[in-house]
Amino acid sequence: MRPFTYERPGDARAAVDLVTADPEATFLAGGTNLVDHLRLGVATPHMLVDVTSLTSDVIEDRGGGLWIGAAARNSDVAAHPDVRERYPLLAQALLAGASGQLRNMATTGGNLMQRTRCVYFQDVTTPCNKRAPGTGCSAIGGYTRHHSILGASEHCVATHPSDMAVAMAALDAQVRVLGRDGERLVPVTELYRLPGDDPSRDTTLTHGELILGVELPDVPAVRRSRYRKVRDRASYAFALVSVAAALDLADGVVRDARIAFGGVAHAPWRAWAAEDVLRDGPSSLMAFAAAADASIVAAEGVPGLDGGNAFKIPLLHRTLVAVLRDLAAEEA
Amino acid sequence: MAQVLEPRAMGRDLVRRDGPDKIRGTAGYADETPVVAPLYAFLVQATIARGRVLDMDLTDAELGEGVLRVITAATAERLASTEDAELAALQSAEIAFRGQVIGLVLAETSEAARRAGELVRVDYEQDPHDVTLAADRDDLYAPDTVNPAYATDTYDGDVDAALAGADVVVDQTYSTAMYHNNPLEPHATTALWDPAGPGFLTLWDSTQGVHPTRSAVQKVLGLDEQQVRVVCPYVGGGFGAKGRPHVHVVLAAMAARAVPGRPVKLALTRQQMFSLAGYRTPTIQRMRLGADRDGHLQAIAIDVVEQTSRIKEFAEQTGLPTRMMYAAPNRRTTHRLAALDVPVPSWMRAPGECPGMFGPEVAMDELAEALDIDPVQLRIRNEPDIDPETGKPFSSRNLVACLREGAERFGWAGRDPRPAERLEGGWLVGTGVASSIYPTYRRAESTAIIRYDMGRYTAAIGAADLGTGAWTVLPQIAADALSVPVEDVDVLIGDTAHPYATVAGGSSGTATWGSALVEAARAFRDKFGTDPDDGDAIAGSAGPSDAAQRYTMAAFGAQFAEARVNADTGELRVPRLLGVFAAGRIINPRTARSQLIGGMTMGLSMALHEQSVLDPRFGHVVNHDLAEYHITACADVGDVQAHWIDEEDPHVNAMGSKGIGEIGIVGTAAAVSNAVYNATGVRVRDLPITLDKLLSALPD
Repeated sequence: MRPFTYERPGDARAAVDLVTADPEATFLAGGTNLVDHLRLGVATPHMLVDVTSLTSDVIEDRGGGLWIGAAARNSDVAAHPDVRERYPLLAQALLAGASGQLRNMATTGGNLMQRTRCVYFQDVTTPCNKRAPGTGCSAIGGYTRHHSILGASEHCVATHPSDMAVAMAALDAQVRVLGRDGERLVPVTELYRLPGDDPSRDTTLTHGELILGVELPDVPAVRRSRYRKVRDRASYAFALVSVAAALDLADGVVRDARIAFGGVAHAPWRAWAAEDVLRDGPSSLMAFAAAADASIVAAEGVPGLDGGNAFKIPLLHRTLVAVLRDLAAEEA
Repeated sequence: MAQVLEPRAMGRDLVRRDGPDKIRGTAGYADETPVVAPLYAFLVQATIARGRVLDMDLTDAELGEGVLRVITAATAERLASTEDAELAALQSAEIAFRGQVIGLVLAETSEAARRAGELVRVDYEQDPHDVTLAADRDDLYAPDTVNPAYATDTYDGDVDAALAGADVVVDQTYSTAMYHNNPLEPHATTALWDPAGPGFLTLWDSTQGVHPTRSAVQKVLGLDEQQVRVVCPYVGGGFGAKGRPHVHVVLAAMAARAVPGRPVKLALTRQQMFSLAGYRTPTIQRMRLGADRDGHLQAIAIDVVEQTSRIKEFAEQTGLPTRMMYAAPNRRTTHRLAALDVPVPSWMRAPGECPGMFGPEVAMDELAEALDIDPVQLRIRNEPDIDPETGKPFSSRNLVACLREGAERFGWAGRDPRPAERLEGGWLVGTGVASSIYPTYRRAESTAIIRYDMGRYTAAIGAADLGTGAWTVLPQIAADALSVPVEDVDVLIGDTAHPYATVAGGSSGTATWGSALVEAARAFRDKFGTDPDDGDAIAGSAGPSDAAQRYTMAAFGAQFAEARVNADTGELRVPRLLGVFAAGRIINPRTARSQLIGGMTMGLSMALHEQSVLDPRFGHVVNHDLAEYHITACADVGDVQAHWIDEEDPHVNAMGSKGIGEIGIVGTAAAVSNAVYNATGVRVRDLPITLDKLLSALPD
């Protein structure tokens, strides 16, 4: 672990100024991911700026939508009555992540900013373009079970590990960030980058921008929604694939659909194509299968040990069809 | 026949004596040893799998604040014995596996030590490495023996001819993965070298045997027995990984000797445990079974391929149970090893029997299906009268009783043997069965001292409690041996200051140490009668087991599993596991049940989750933490039941007990795989059983 200084400035703006001015400074919130990375040498900041008490931990209705402060703990968000009633898929996604202890520590902002669990990214003795640009991608041809099937590049096949962010992507949530030049709103669907030729950057935020909170729009369709996570053990495992979906049905017709995938890409993957297939069409197994077909058109397995991860393509297809089937069968 | 004790305290459901201290956090573990002003050691590891260190630049590392020094092969003391290559720490520049220790940092804080370790710059000369096990390698060899000293190969009758003449043949290859023991408490040692006189080394070590650790360390360091003390009152899990000292114990001692008078703490990180603390070799098992129409085995054969490290051989005895499990007149068992550029494998959770009852017990299920015979019946039909391997009688063998009682308790009767026929609420449902076995070992030497003072008896023996219950059951045995209430007996264990005790391994601890306690109690009563004076004390030792010459002694069991496979995704759940065991007298049902269901849970973990992913390009296990190396989580564990039959065995030892530490894990994975087949029609012969292996068979 590289020695670092620890700062607790008086307010969020001061925190932003500190980190913006120093390329080797970083924000610290719940620490459930960053502290691991400090120990492992994956992250080597020389300054930690603790923002835990500088951003809001409030969860409240604001003009029809819901505001979730960046410092709100994952467990508190999952348990909040408004979240459970109005955004059940978000509560389900949060509870599908990590463990009870970790959820008690992890914050909303930190969850969004967590980094891939690619084993090579986390192992400083192996090449990794995300951790050490230009050294190569060790995952390709290696242990790829938790890696991308959508939107990867020859430079990086890592996945974003968050469950919460997948639900938020489906919800068209927006992230309020504070930068040196003031506040701006970033849709969760635009918060994350695909790896391309610069996998070292996970998000579209600039260095020093601080997440203040998340705004959830009022989405009636979401009342009929769920988050389905498929993983290798029943808890405390990252998704092989996950599906966040909401269906708005009337008289057997899909009026609206929101679908996002986790565990399959460098970002929570909004399945626009599947939504387009479903919207204004029949609520039928055939339509759901067509939506799943559209989702995997561009999917590609990564070669690796034990046959690589191509199995995730049919798994994603099957999971999406099953989720839509079950949602359609639900009482409205 | 041993004189079997009258059970008064034995058999009682007594709570753990060490429970309150553990619950309160006052039970001290090795790394928590309260010592004054310790130094902290951190290990520097090789990042190549084969080659040699050309140069190490320590400049930046040694400049760090609080860093005392960095010890390397160039500066380390020369060890007295390098016969055990695993323990020959820092004796040469050669690299035999990735993760091998090439340096040790000593610093005032653990953070400073770790930071300095990161700053060590190493130049290597790298040779091509080879870490890939395969059955078709052309360099496989037959070891002289397999662990601990069994014949490598056995041949009885003519397997090939019997197979050629059999009505039904199963010929399949099965594999188990590479596994790491992963006890919750990392390996840790606190060491202190007192330079006075000839010098004296104290090691507070997390170990399954204080005396075996002392023996190994004194030999490597060239010390006398009187110069080393090993202390270990509590162990946070071992599962074999702490059965033999690994290199960090030697390194802690070397570090302590480098700074006389100052204690040194060395704890492995979780990642380091994946290269420095032993593991189970992957196994490849070619099974051949031949039977007549009625299901009588004519031949059974297992040919095992597994790995060891290039620098030290460990040959897992995977073929062992096949030698005596079933009554087949023609039998063949072989073991072949590949010596690879990998860390040294070692004991893990029922070495031999655990992997060695996966292939055979799935093959029996395949045979049962081919014959259209119920798998429970098939096993009963092949029950031998005597040990087929040695011709000796069994001291007791109640596999059939376990199968029958298990079938009854589980609700096996009327089971639908057809695969993939039951869909309940979106889940494919199936059931499976497998047998369990574990040999009853008793080691030849262990000594206890019993002393009387002020109305209480104290039994001292250097035994180890890994969380298994030794603190609790040894007083029960001593109380019955002395014919006094258990409340009047204390035990002292976990210290070489107490008389010699063998390793807590091979499920032999209670049998061995208990036998010593019984001998000491008898000697005590013979000498001092029933009204002793304060201070009366006497030792007694467990001798070799005569019964082992005349009988084959083993515990048996039957395990039943229900598997549910999600018809959409292939996700796998095991809502029910039920085991019935015949393991002699159960000395404490509470700790016994914990051991058995713990073993079965580890078997579930082996079936569904555990797999060390060795990346052949780098040569190390890349999923080297508990987030990525999956161990069954609580949410995966459903209704796990362990039952036992009241088995009286007058031959095994004075307690009438057989070992129970390991049998729970034996057969579980096969029962689960057989249940998955019944659920889905997919025969998973390669562990773990993950959803990707089932996807193609799921309904559209």
